[in-house]
Amino acid sequence: MIRAENIKKSFDDTEVLKGIDIVFEQGKCNLIIGRSGAGKTVLLKLLVGLLTPSSGKVWYEATDFFELGKKEKRELRMDVGMLFQGSALFDSLTVEENIRFPLDMFTKKTKAEKLDRVNYCLERVNLAGVNDKYPSEISGGMQKRVGIARAIVLEPRYLFCDEPNSGLDPKTALLIDELIQSITYEQNITTVINTHDMNSVMEIGDHINLLQNGEVAWQGNKSEVLDSDNEYLQEFIFASPFLKRLRNSFLKQS
Amino acid sequence: MNLNFLYHFGRYLSMMRLAVSRPERFTMYWKETMRQMNDIGIGSLVIVGLIAVFIGAVTAVQFAYQLQDSFVPRYYIGYIVRDSTIIELAPTITCLVLAGKVGSNIAAEIGGMRQKEHIDAMEIMGVNTAAYLIMPKVIAAIFVIPLLVCLAALVSIVGGYIASVPAGMITHAEYVQGVRSFFVPYYVFMMFVKAIVFAFILTTVPSYQGYFVRGGSIELGQASTQAVVFSDILILLFDYLIALILTV
Repeated sequence: MIRAENIKKSFDDTEVLKGIDIVFEQGKCNLIIGRSGAGKTVLLKLLVGLLTPSSGKVWYEATDFFELGKKEKRELRMDVGMLFQGSALFDSLTVEENIRFPLDMFTKKTKAEKLDRVNYCLERVNLAGVNDKYPSEISGGMQKRVGIARAIVLEPRYLFCDEPNSGLDPKTALLIDELIQSITYEQNITTVINTHDMNSVMEIGDHINLLQNGEVAWQGNKSEVLDSDNEYLQEFIFASPFLKRLRNSFLKQS
Repeated sequence: MNLNFLYHFGRYLSMMRLAVSRPERFTMYWKETMRQMNDIGIGSLVIVGLIAVFIGAVTAVQFAYQLQDSFVPRYYIGYIVRDSTIIELAPTITCLVLAGKVGSNIAAEIGGMRQKEHIDAMEIMGVNTAAYLIMPKVIAAIFVIPLLVCLAALVSIVGGYIASVPAGMITHAEYVQGVRSFFVPYYVFMMFVKAIVFAFILTTVPSYQGYFVRGGSIELGQASTQAVVFSDILILLFDYLIALILTV
């Protein structure tokens, strides 16, 4: 479980987050959604400690992240995996070396053990056999999957995904969503996903947090989205006329 | 202006303080240091050699011209080429060139990693990025650049020979006599001191520029340019300071 407690963040005179209180639950896909500029990325960066809040706390279970010393923070980060929007794979390393990087850096496993773990992670993301390819030699969807493999290689308890579907076709996006969801359930980890992909919201949104102007405007799950009377949420989720028509006809039928 | 300088200097120092932390895994840092040694050392051999030949050649030709019709013995050409190369030209010119080649490369590499979120990815894994990305470069440069400078001095003396002896400005025996005359080993020490200090400058300043780059490709280009400009200015400044300190 991760808990954001009254998180505020300002850049110069601009207040980006105005007191966020969210509990990200274990074993669930926790989504942060909102329009561009709502503060999603800033919140995600605060949760993983890439940014420091102006005030407020981030709790990992009973541990206040920003009260930890450097060494403790580093130790906690071994339990954190993150998938970046652009995958953030190291260009000069092969797929295998990319996934092995955290193992090389932080574990004392033998070469064979590391290779086994890398191959297991690659199989888990349905990419067995691409060990020797470089990131530039594989597609965007495959890069995302390698990013997921790298994020889970140390068996993290917390998984963060920053817009995992951006730039992907709907089919591949669905594949990535399913992958993240199944890993979350299988390993019973706390997954936080920053997205504005509405398919993701409706498919894997176990716990959805809608941000509006730096505040939480709505919280719920995917089955509560349709019934919600929150106008901002409805406008955001069903932004296109096509989706609006689809929603209306669905509501009429039901 | 002064506040801006203090801000950057303070941030540079805090980055360097982080960079000298204990490595998470020694073998990873070792591997990276070896890679950097190859990039900086082997990758710069041709350009350093080429420049060194011309430095020696030009110095020899210029002095040969200046010593024409004078009472100064001609073997002094070899002596002057040797000393000017060892004391000043080999370390300074080589490192100014390396600041352009290696420095811009470092700024672009680290800056690119910052922009593509590679540094963030490492931070989240728990890697001390300042240490992992900067220290191997600094250590590699401090070992390799003095060797390159040494090689440059040697090639430069050979360059002086090639330019002056076949052209008939001086005989083989005179040049060799000059090169072997009045040798002061302390000058070699000065050369190494300069090479080590310049190596530190031309790796840490570009690392700083790259590590804190923001924005897009324009900012990355600016960071790369600033890395070279500031490194060059600092190399010349420290060249003067070292000359002052070591010759008093």
